[in-house]
Amino acid sequence: MAIFGLWVINKAGGLVYQRNFADGLAQLTSNEYLVLAGTLHGIHAITSRLSPIPGQSSGAQVIEGETFKINILLTLTGTKFILLTSPAEPASTIDVLLQKIYSTYAEKVMQNPFHTPEMPIRSEAFDVSLGALIG
Amino acid sequence: MATSSKQYLTRGEELWKGRSEKVNAELFALTYGALVVQLIQDYEDYAEVNKQLEKMGYNIGTRLIEDFLAKSNLGRCSDFREVGEVVAKVGFKSFLNISPSITHHAAPVSTSATRPTSTSQATNAGSSFSLIFDENPLSEFVELPGDALEGGLWFSNVLCGVIRGALEMVQMQVSAEFVSDVLRGDETTEMRVKLIKHLEEEVPIGDD
Repeated sequence: MAIFGLWVINKAGGLVYQRNFADGLAQLTSNEYLVLAGTLHGIHAITSRLSPIPGQSSGAQVIEGETFKINILLTLTGTKFILLTSPAEPASTIDVLLQKIYSTYAEKVMQNPFHTPEMPIRSEAFDVSLGALIG
Repeated sequence: MATSSKQYLTRGEELWKGRSEKVNAELFALTYGALVVQLIQDYEDYAEVNKQLEKMGYNIGTRLIEDFLAKSNLGRCSDFREVGEVVAKVGFKSFLNISPSITHHAAPVSTSATRPTSTSQATNAGSSFSLIFDENPLSEFVELPGDALEGGLWFSNVLCGVIRGALEMVQMQVSAEFVSDVLRGDETTEMRVKLIKHLEEEVPIGDD
């Protein structure tokens, strides 16, 4: 039961934050992370158009593999928070954690007037509080 | 989901109480006042000051919406009427602890035939709501001098920008402007927010 990593993707599909917390996933170059994030953004956009019920669809929220689980929180502003966890991690803890991460992002990142929205996040306060949240 | 207006008020109240860091109202009013006065000195043109206040508000709004959505956990509003309710009862309450009253105005019926298959979102365009503030923490002790009155200064114009910025981040293009202000000698302070259009989400797959 572990949290492997967190990605934050802006509304255009660009990766603005990536951090690994526990070992368990392959280490990739930053370019590979960018490509993966863009791909995931595209896939998510497609899945949000596919819905058996007409109307707003949230798009893919969980993508499970054998050794990992991708959890996606799409905010109403288009920002995506991707949490990579082990498959055994319970959904309720993940949802709560994603909400807390969103809350931390809103406080530490957005409230910094020198941070340009949609740009890569370089915030020590964000890093520190994420460390406290996830460990 | 159809949430009653009372539920929104309660939610706004909860959010206000839940905020651990509140700032002294006088300090806030003084800071804002100093800002407006400085802008007037720098620009010397009241229309320009209005514009700058609105721009600052826009910047604030684009950031504030994330905090609002993260804390309030509200889903997407079903129509513009609901947007107005949420802004008035949850938004203003949770940040400024005021609850402006709201009146809704439906979209004017266009004479050209409307497509019967248009989504409910499209038919919302043109609808608006008015927020009537009976208290305004920004302008508690403010009295506008003669030339500010003549120059057409809207003292709390930053609020218009905040609404415009915040709603743009949730894919709504709106215009927000004050139509009356007690500081100008009018009976009420009223802000009119009009939906111009919904911004369609772009899906830029493979645009790099």
